[in-house]
Amino acid sequence: MQPVTRIVGTAAPLDRSDVDTDQIIPASWLKRVERTGFGIGLFSAWRENDPDFVLNRPEFGGAKILIAGPNFGIGSSREHAVWALTDFGFDAVVSPRFGDIFRNNATKTGLVPVVVSEEFGEALLRAVEHDPTLEIMIDVTEGWISAPSVGLESEFTLDEFTRHRLLEGLDDIGLSLRHVDKISAYETGRPAWMPSVDPD
Amino acid sequence: MSKTLSEKLWERHLVHEAPGDQDLLYIDMHLVHEVTSPQAFDGLRLANRPVRRPDLTLATADHNVPTIHIDRPIADPVSATQLRALDTNCAAFGIELYPLAHPNQGIVHVIGPELGLTMPGMTVVCGDSHTSTHGAFGALAFGIGTSEVEHVMATQCLPQIRPRTMAITVDGDLQPGVTAKDVILAIIGMIGTGGGIGHIIEYRGSVIRALSMEGRMTICNMSIEAGAKAGMIAPDDTTFAYVEGRKHAPRGVLWERALDDWRTLPTDSAAEFARDVALDGSAIRPHISWGTNPGQVVPIDGAVPSPESFDDAGAREVAARALTYMGLVPGTPMREIAVDTVFIGSCTNSRIEDLRLAADVVAGRTVKPNVRAMVVPGSMMVRAQAEVEGLDRIFKDAGFEWRAAGCSMCLGMNADKLRAGERCASTSNRNFEGRQGPGGRTHLVSPAVAAATAIAGTFATPSELG
Repeated sequence: MQPVTRIVGTAAPLDRSDVDTDQIIPASWLKRVERTGFGIGLFSAWRENDPDFVLNRPEFGGAKILIAGPNFGIGSSREHAVWALTDFGFDAVVSPRFGDIFRNNATKTGLVPVVVSEEFGEALLRAVEHDPTLEIMIDVTEGWISAPSVGLESEFTLDEFTRHRLLEGLDDIGLSLRHVDKISAYETGRPAWMPSVDPD
Repeated sequence: MSKTLSEKLWERHLVHEAPGDQDLLYIDMHLVHEVTSPQAFDGLRLANRPVRRPDLTLATADHNVPTIHIDRPIADPVSATQLRALDTNCAAFGIELYPLAHPNQGIVHVIGPELGLTMPGMTVVCGDSHTSTHGAFGALAFGIGTSEVEHVMATQCLPQIRPRTMAITVDGDLQPGVTAKDVILAIIGMIGTGGGIGHIIEYRGSVIRALSMEGRMTICNMSIEAGAKAGMIAPDDTTFAYVEGRKHAPRGVLWERALDDWRTLPTDSAAEFARDVALDGSAIRPHISWGTNPGQVVPIDGAVPSPESFDDAGAREVAARALTYMGLVPGTPMREIAVDTVFIGSCTNSRIEDLRLAADVVAGRTVKPNVRAMVVPGSMMVRAQAEVEGLDRIFKDAGFEWRAAGCSMCLGMNADKLRAGERCASTSNRNFEGRQGPGGRTHLVSPAVAAATAIAGTFATPSELG
């Protein structure tokens, strides 16, 4: 994972709540065994069926930040949704509330989930719809998001562990393996009734 | 100190905790399937890491398998490649695999419990959001993404933020004809698709206690549809009776020891939850979804709601959009809506009890002409049991297709899909746009309502059939 400290760029406004991962990347894309190349599948049903869909509008081309309504990324655990967003070019998603699994998946790949209040999210959506060239800054180090030219600024929270990992671009598995002695010790104390999968 | 069930399980599985770190939890069982694992195996290869505990890992093929002609080569080359990758990966990393056509193959959340690999007091994860199903046993079970799948393979642990606790209490007695599916649809209708985000739900109350394990699994399965990290039900004699004697369940002295342990798991009487929600179980009617998320439900006696009936401007917009997609007119009684397809299956409702209930409704009756009706058992073991009981005959005589096990039309990854504009009564868990096929229209219902609807051609309960 590449370190991410600060994101500066324009945004695309997706003024919908309850955007589920089936919409972000439809099931037909899940047959692939690779981790790359999902960008063309991003919101493919909406992009194909609605010429006015935000990602079809040239004024929002090149956006690095997606601003969505509440409950973004609910539903299926498919990490392909995160891979599709990053492959398309997004570095961050802003929403008042994320599905838990999506949020975890995002931080593993370096896509920053920015949780804001409903009021701030709404204000940012309107500002970006009004001015697609609006520059937005997300500071992962300090935990704030702002659109200086319209005077919008808000803090957002990330747990310390996740922030540290994003800033340093650390391998999650490597971090856990620092505790391999504790893992081994735990294993010696597991109850004997716990099941194991014996080969047939 | 008094603790809840989920707090007890969390603390039992702590390998490491420290300020500024996430809690590192030990994982007792990791279920793997073909769709969310290939990139995880590739990650292990790149880093030259083994699977730490193949003996705590079980794989099966379920999401992307055909449910007919399972003895023939798979027609779709991309699907065939994905299934071959699972074969190759499991062989390379020493993981037991139940592939297509194996007598133990089936939906991960059906085979785990039926093989006795899901038990009280365990942590269970899988790269699938419906892993919450296993919480029905008093296990802490949740869905994870592919990076986390790789993490569990490499370390048998997961760093996690501790969720908040939430109690949902359903007291009273269910009316005849009301099922576990109706209870969970009513709950999601009440708290919404985001109502459980950041929480582990514990389902409590007399209605929950009276449910079978199959019913409890249906409830916990759809916890994710309310956004919850996990759903759980305290283990009791119903749980123990289900587990006892299964393939991987402990025996003899170990069984006695396990029972002693499991009896200490239920939430202490003085323990408090961060959030409490209560429902009157006696008032719940059979439920049906009308929109494009699982919180958009009404009792079957109701009508398609008008967007104006919602207080919140956001909810009005979402409702209007959903009605356009679903091709529905506000005010239409749900019972007057005709369906093209009936799907009985999925990790929510494909267990033997679900099939018995549906077969009981369709026995001696005929599926309405022009309705396509199919039953997809959750596992090959469920399918075999149903055939022993003659349920397959009942379904086929009524005009249902009788399929092999898999996720099938729940998510439309294989050939079992809705066509654009088709309307389906489905016992599955998600009515998202295009979920069962691009342009398809899904209504979530119980197996009883699905079966009755197949006969009537319009949404119906069994008691209305002539």
